[in-house]
Amino acid sequence: MKVFAIAEHRFGELNPLSIELLNLANKLGESNAVVIGKDVSKFAEELAKFAEKVWKIEDASLENYTPDLYVDVLLQLINREKPDVVLVGNTAQGVEFAPYLAVKLGYPIVTDVVAVNTANGFVVSRYVMQGKIMVDLKVSTPCVLTIRQGAFKEGAQKSGKVLDAGIKPSKPSARKFIGYVQPEVGEVDISKAEIIVAVGRGIEDAANIPLAEELAQALGGVVAGSRPVIDSGWLPKDRQVGISGKIVKPKLYLALGISGAFQHVMGMKDSELIIAVNKDPEAPIFGVAHYGIVGNIFDVVPTLLDKLKAKK
Amino acid sequence: MKIIVLAKHAPDPQSEVGIASDGKSLSLGTAVFDINDWDRYAVEEAIRIKEKIGGEVLVVGVGKNCDDTLRKCLAMGADRAIKIPFDGGIDAYQIAEVIAEAIKNEKFDMIFAGLMSQDVNNALVGVLLAGMLNLPFATAVTAIDIKDKTVRIKREIEGGYQEESELPMPCLLTIQSGINEPRYVSVMGIKKAKTKEMKEVKLEPKSKKVEVVKMYLPPVKKAEMITGDPDQVASKVIAILKERGLVG
Ligand SMILES: Cc1cc2nc3c(=O)[nH]c(=O)nc-3n(C[C@H](O)[C@H](O)[C@H](O)COP(=O)(O)OP(=O)(O)OC[C@H]3O[C@@H](n4cnc5c(N)ncnc54)[C@H](O)[C@@H]3O)c2cc1C
Ligand SMILES: Nc1ncnc2c1ncn2[C@@H]1O[C@H](COP(=O)(O)O)[C@@H](O)[C@H]1O
Repeated sequence: MKVFAIAEHRFGELNPLSIELLNLANKLGESNAVVIGKDVSKFAEELAKFAEKVWKIEDASLENYTPDLYVDVLLQLINREKPDVVLVGNTAQGVEFAPYLAVKLGYPIVTDVVAVNTANGFVVSRYVMQGKIMVDLKVSTPCVLTIRQGAFKEGAQKSGKVLDAGIKPSKPSARKFIGYVQPEVGEVDISKAEIIVAVGRGIEDAANIPLAEELAQALGGVVAGSRPVIDSGWLPKDRQVGISGKIVKPKLYLALGISGAFQHVMGMKDSELIIAVNKDPEAPIFGVAHYGIVGNIFDVVPTLLDKLKAKK
Repeated sequence: MKIIVLAKHAPDPQSEVGIASDGKSLSLGTAVFDINDWDRYAVEEAIRIKEKIGGEVLVVGVGKNCDDTLRKCLAMGADRAIKIPFDGGIDAYQIAEVIAEAIKNEKFDMIFAGLMSQDVNNALVGVLLAGMLNLPFATAVTAIDIKDKTVRIKREIEGGYQEESELPMPCLLTIQSGINEPRYVSVMGIKKAKTKEMKEVKLEPKSKKVEVVKMYLPPVKKAEMITGDPDQVASKVIAILKERGLVG
């Protein structure tokens, strides 16, 4: 099986997920990395340690990612080299261009894949319902898969050769790249906090945020939140934990009414101690927490506060 | 400005959901259905643009039972709706295919989809549709600024960064949550919207791209559970924190 893994880089750094794609590629068959940009030799050398072949596609117009030019050059290479499987990272970039590429190739696509099994046809696994249920899907090859970060961490070392694909974009991009916008900076940097009380949609209303603040104060920590809490304007954007917010590693992460969606978990899973309170015993957060409490935050938190105060 | 918005009637994953007895589909008997969370933001954004510069908002829903969601969109301020009574499941190609067919005679400036649906979490239908219709596109959009026939957008990438780009129209955008504050619609408002046009278009997809083998509960590493009444739970939590020197 010939497998293509489309590497990703931004701000001059190779995304480590690119290597995870190659780990899977090596498991499935002949691993080929593809790296696209203006000058990608540095990335190609790095990828060659994990791939049998590395294809470079270089052009000044490819300096900044645009989905249409990525699809344009990938179509040329894929139609020529005919891989059986095309792997793309399930990132903001990958999950943007991969479906368009799949349509143009006429291939099936499955996103956010966490396992691939070839014992009985080509079967991939992914989560649905925000992590609550798993599904195995049978897909015909050739196909495109976007791969979740952390799912294929181990793999073989290789010393592959770097090849120039000799491909250029056939037309200019319809979508003009303008620039990157830096994250907002607020008064509190939650990524430096040692104790975090994090609230999710289970906090129900802006009016209940002070309860979390009181608990944070009693513990000497700060309040952070999951995305819906920030989207609703109950906490400022710089308090968001997760892939599109901040990565935190505090000594204590107290998760209140957070379901534990992957995009949130990626931002807090390396915390030293995770305690989760959720009324749903099946909540995926209990899969990452060290300690779990099945209960209502409006019962648990006030009692905890009383006891903390009594100690002082 | 004419904007087509895709809106899915979807179960809330946090309500009671399970696996049906065939082991291949979801059992959603008591699940709470509503407009897909991301689509709420997409509909709101389209209506705001219409309110600012004029035009029309057309909502499209695929599903036998999607009337409530379409009516909600009409009550929010959309002008008309197309319902495609087909239950698509997890195969996003099929959904995109019937939508492409249903809107083929509509002229439009933009199509908005949600970034992903809250039940199947594919994040596919929008971009697949862009591919089928050869449209320029952008995903995870967090800001939209229209100038004549171009649209300047910000899209979300990792780590709190955003990317700024410019696209020609017509184009397709998938909307990220938090782009606006969707308006509230009352039950009265939804009733009033009953006079607005909702056209049913019967379509079946031609292709089948993926097949469900089985559904199951994910293997989870379970946390150590702290049990008891709130008082006991609180004492145990404090003991754990004490042991680690996190409280005095
Ligand atoms: C591209 C992309 C990027 C994203 N980035 C992020 C990100 O950076 N950060 C992030 O957090 N999310 C992010 N998300 C969203 C993510 O997928 C989830 O939607 C989100 O994390 C869910 O937040 P939640 O757990 O607060 O809400 P829900 O999933 O709605 O969960 C609420 C939980 O609260 C529990 N609950 C309700 N009431 C109570 C109560 N009284 N007591 C106890 N428990 C209660 C419920 O059982 C439920 O488990 C992103 C999504 C996408 C597609
Ligand atoms: N059945 C449907 N009816 C209307 N729109 C849909 C449907 N399924 C998906 N969409 C749209 O496509 C987006 C992405 O969905 P998905 O690919 O299922 O994650 C959603 O946010 C909707 O805007």
